Amino acid sequence: MNFMASKQPENSLLGPESDSQRTLYPYVTGTSVVALKYKDGILMAADMGGSYGSTLRYKSVERMKPIGKHSLLGASGEISDFQEILRYLDELILYDNMWDDGNSLGPKEVHNYLTRVMYNRRNKFNPLWNSLVLGGVKNGQKYLGTVSMIGVNFEDNHVATGFGNHLARPILRQEWHENLSFEDGVRLLEKCMRVLLYRDRSAVNKLQIAKITEDGVTISQPYSLKTYWEFSAFENPAQGAIGSW
Amino acid sequence: MDLEMNLNAPHSMGTTIIGVTYNGGVVLGADSRTSTGMYVANRASDKITQLTDNVYVCRSGSAADSQIVSDYVRYFLHQHTIQLGQSATSKVAANLIRLLSYNNKNMLETGLIVGGWDKYEGGKIYAIPLGGTLIEQPFAIGGSGSSYLYGFFDQAWKEGMTKDEAEQLVVKAVSLAIARDGASGGVVRTVIINSEGVTRNFYPGDKLQLWHEELEPQNSLLDLLNSSNSEPMNI
Repeated sequence: MNFMASKQPENSLLGPESDSQRTLYPYVTGTSVVALKYKDGILMAADMGGSYGSTLRYKSVERMKPIGKHSLLGASGEISDFQEILRYLDELILYDNMWDDGNSLGPKEVHNYLTRVMYNRRNKFNPLWNSLVLGGVKNGQKYLGTVSMIGVNFEDNHVATGFGNHLARPILRQEWHENLSFEDGVRLLEKCMRVLLYRDRSAVNKLQIAKITEDGVTISQPYSLKTYWEFSAFENPAQGAIGSW
Repeated sequence: MDLEMNLNAPHSMGTTIIGVTYNGGVVLGADSRTSTGMYVANRASDKITQLTDNVYVCRSGSAADSQIVSDYVRYFLHQHTIQLGQSATSKVAANLIRLLSYNNKNMLETGLIVGGWDKYEGGKIYAIPLGGTLIEQPFAIGGSGSSYLYGFFDQAWKEGMTKDEAEQLVVKAVSLAIARDGASGGVVRTVIINSEGVTRNFYPGDKLQLWHEELEPQNSLLDLLNSSNSEPMNI
């Protein structure tokens, strides 16, 4: 019998948490997702970490999943909410297939659906605690969009969630260009992921890179990045000022 | 936006629970301490609860919440077994736990580890932490005592252990957690599930190995004094 009171300040206007459904905080979370458009489609990268507060608790969580024939979804934030979103999308794709009319939902449609879901949940003060990246190719048209837990959504040539917004997007702004080759795209994503590994506490050195083209989705096997620590300045940083860091 | 990390996240949940797969089945383990604040309300609880003949769950966190969730799931699985005409799989059990944990995430405070054996997938372990994430793993640890075991398992876990190796690993791990976690204690209980059935085991403190700074238990000081007469009470 453990009486764990959840932390609400005394002057909170929120009311008891058990009233009505409202998610107030995430538990098991994924960190950044980074994605960019390249010559043949979309490349997306995410590490395989599921953090539990400051503990790096789960290290084999797949945070990118194919959706239907034409889309790829990457998620950061609460993993249980991501699993629920996958169930919603499963149903959406099922109904789409059951029409059996030769048409299929493309990435733009899936992104729109997700945006509506996320925004409506936000309006009810019960958000799905995720930032999502939706990429895909349909009929030669590449699409890359993002939706946040409050329903902010937009499309761009390169997107990122969480820390990636601060660390990866500046790199992408400098180095992204139209018609990147697969190799250049992968190297650019790895550059971003390496910086995130150095500077994001919740990053884990085990990642996957996913590619979606007209032909379909491929998600790489999990792998780790080499890191560089051999700067001379790192060897004895306090030399010029003993006691400093 | 979502950088506002919640500062409340993982608070400790009294208990140490473990689930481990081995080649042929699973081994579940737990301590036996139930605490109310600083008082030990029950020093011999059984935290490994049966859901079906072949699926068990390790409970941690709020005793009330974990009991009610496992009671509902046992009830659902019973009906499911009748309707299905054969034993439920561990995946179904785990998903039922997930549904309750996820859909009531604002009210519940319980972390569960589901372990079982079925003829389709053999031995499987599923972790369902706070929030209702479902994650299948070769082994899982939970409860407040698990904080002390992450490093231990990183080093000691191996794929393809035998039944005895797996059980010894679980007993050693729970015992190590009990040594350091105030909210864990009592005896170590294990449950082994495989194609042959279910075996429950019980390891009281005196059957476990001693760790750092722990001493061999004695009946009395007098025994020590009498055994080595050359060492009378030292200052």
